[in-house]
Amino acid sequence: MDTTQTLSPTRQRQRRAQWRRQALTLALLAVGLVAPFVAYPVFLMKVLCFALFACAFNLLLGYAGLLSFGHAAFLATGGYVTGYLLASYPGLTPELGILTGTAAAVALGALFGVLSIRRQGIYFAMVTLALAQLMFFVFVQSPFTGGEDGLHGVPRGELFGLISLNSNLAMYYFVFAVFLIGFAIIQRAVHSPFGQVLKAIRENEPRAVSLGYNVDAYKLLAFVLSAGLAGLAGSTKTLVFQLASLTDAHWHMSGEVILMTLLGGVGTLFGPLVGAGLVVSLQHLLAQSPLGNWVSVILGLIFVVCVLSFRSGIVGEILKSYRKNFK
Amino acid sequence: MTMIFGVPLAVFMGQLLLGLINGAFYALLSLGLAVIFGLLKIVNFAHGAQYMLGAFVALLGSRYLGLDYWLALLLVPLVVGGFGMLIERLLLRRIAHLDHLYGLLLTFGLALIFEGALINLFGVSGASYPIPEALQGGVNLGFMFLPIYRGWVLVAALAVCLFTWFMIERTRLGAYLRAGTENPALMQAFGVNVPLLITLTYGFGVALAAFAGVLAAPLYPVSPTMGSSLLIVVFAVVVIGGMGSILGAVLTGLAMGLIEGLTKVYYPEAANTVIFLVMILVLLLRPAGLFGKEA
Repeated sequence: MDTTQTLSPTRQRQRRAQWRRQALTLALLAVGLVAPFVAYPVFLMKVLCFALFACAFNLLLGYAGLLSFGHAAFLATGGYVTGYLLASYPGLTPELGILTGTAAAVALGALFGVLSIRRQGIYFAMVTLALAQLMFFVFVQSPFTGGEDGLHGVPRGELFGLISLNSNLAMYYFVFAVFLIGFAIIQRAVHSPFGQVLKAIRENEPRAVSLGYNVDAYKLLAFVLSAGLAGLAGSTKTLVFQLASLTDAHWHMSGEVILMTLLGGVGTLFGPLVGAGLVVSLQHLLAQSPLGNWVSVILGLIFVVCVLSFRSGIVGEILKSYRKNFK
Repeated sequence: MTMIFGVPLAVFMGQLLLGLINGAFYALLSLGLAVIFGLLKIVNFAHGAQYMLGAFVALLGSRYLGLDYWLALLLVPLVVGGFGMLIERLLLRRIAHLDHLYGLLLTFGLALIFEGALINLFGVSGASYPIPEALQGGVNLGFMFLPIYRGWVLVAALAVCLFTWFMIERTRLGAYLRAGTENPALMQAFGVNVPLLITLTYGFGVALAAFAGVLAAPLYPVSPTMGSSLLIVVFAVVVIGGMGSILGAVLTGLAMGLIEGLTKVYYPEAANTVIFLVMILVLLLRPAGLFGKEA
């Protein structure tokens, strides 16, 4: 196996990066498999759902450079559709419920994507925020969401009609599998030619246009993909907690996912995972402490600190120092 | 009784007036956003929180210091505007050289802090601020009953909008501001203190929000969350009108308030959402906004 010697230095570096990624993914897989025996499975499932949500968001911000301030709408759409279907049709299996919820988020993503990519930069953020607020009011007023009360007692059911998800351990492994599928889709998309074009658009949109790329089509596809995965996260979360509520549709949620991504590292594969883990843990810890009511203030402070002096995020900083020391 | 499309005239006019007043707030807030955006190129997500702070400072001032409404109308914008200048000087300036999305994120964090802190200190339910004595009561206009305070809000908001337009379009300081919007580097080369201009501009935008907050205090319950939901609607208004022109921002704000009022009369279920629907329509038909000149 002397192939490495015939490869160019660039190609060699790419190879090494690929190996590193694979090693990290394997380590992650191992940690994920033993985790429920070490930590509380419901907490882990929450982390995984939000990690998938943040990864989906990061696909849009980190790779296409589009800051969406309305991702809560997709999370909530997935959750509500799945919750409503599973609660109303007892014969429906959970995987079908999740798929339908995801499909609904994809459809909504296509609609919002077409509208919001008509404006750029700061306006894009405002349009997505306004559209998500529109959905919030729709959810408040529609009969099927249960309004202010939300949906409760959504049955977890039996996966493929065979495996009962009522035990938290079984549920955990299902959520872990869903997360891995979503993560794999994102990783594949980012390292494909499609992902390269997205990065080119992020770096210099007019140039990408002049190179002949149909920039709007790429942006729309990225938007729909991100919305769909956010919907998948929402659907799965509804199944875990057996409820869907307006909290998921509120603009605070859109802000939280931005914070997770920013804290972990925008544009890094593992950053959103780290960020989601930290933010969820923090909320969990604060909820039990006397500071419980100050969560939103503390999140706001982290936001400010991140923007002022920690813009690469945790994973981004680690990558930076690694590159400095080992290259 | 005169009817308009099956609605009594008095009810119709009453809702129209309510809509117009909401529109005046949209106009004041989107004007402040536009002024800040013009020079700093950031969208001030803390604008809603600063509006809320305006109302709160007025409320606390009257409760603990006996600050009267008229003095509050003058002092509160100065205090909150000064606080805004501090924010610009200490925080926003450090990230001015970066992508302007960071400004949005930073001010979003600030909004979370202000809102969260006040919720902890005062709860979400909200308090009421009395209408000043001179503006209590109402007049019967024949076709409708006009509460004097509401009439005053409309007049005051429009006067401030007009004043802002005059300041920016007709004074020397305004000329600097417009030139700074076009080309800050050249302005600096001509010896104008651009950083100071930026600080003052941000302070002025924040003061506008605080002024709107004081005006709103006797009308709506003063609560920590009063700003955030309003701000999202104002964002939609800004997308509809574009942030390029002052007159555009004011007209769009008023028009959206009127449309909202009319919807309340004929199809109340959609009153919350109609502005967002208008935004969708504008995005489809005129993506740059009604008064926008985006490439």
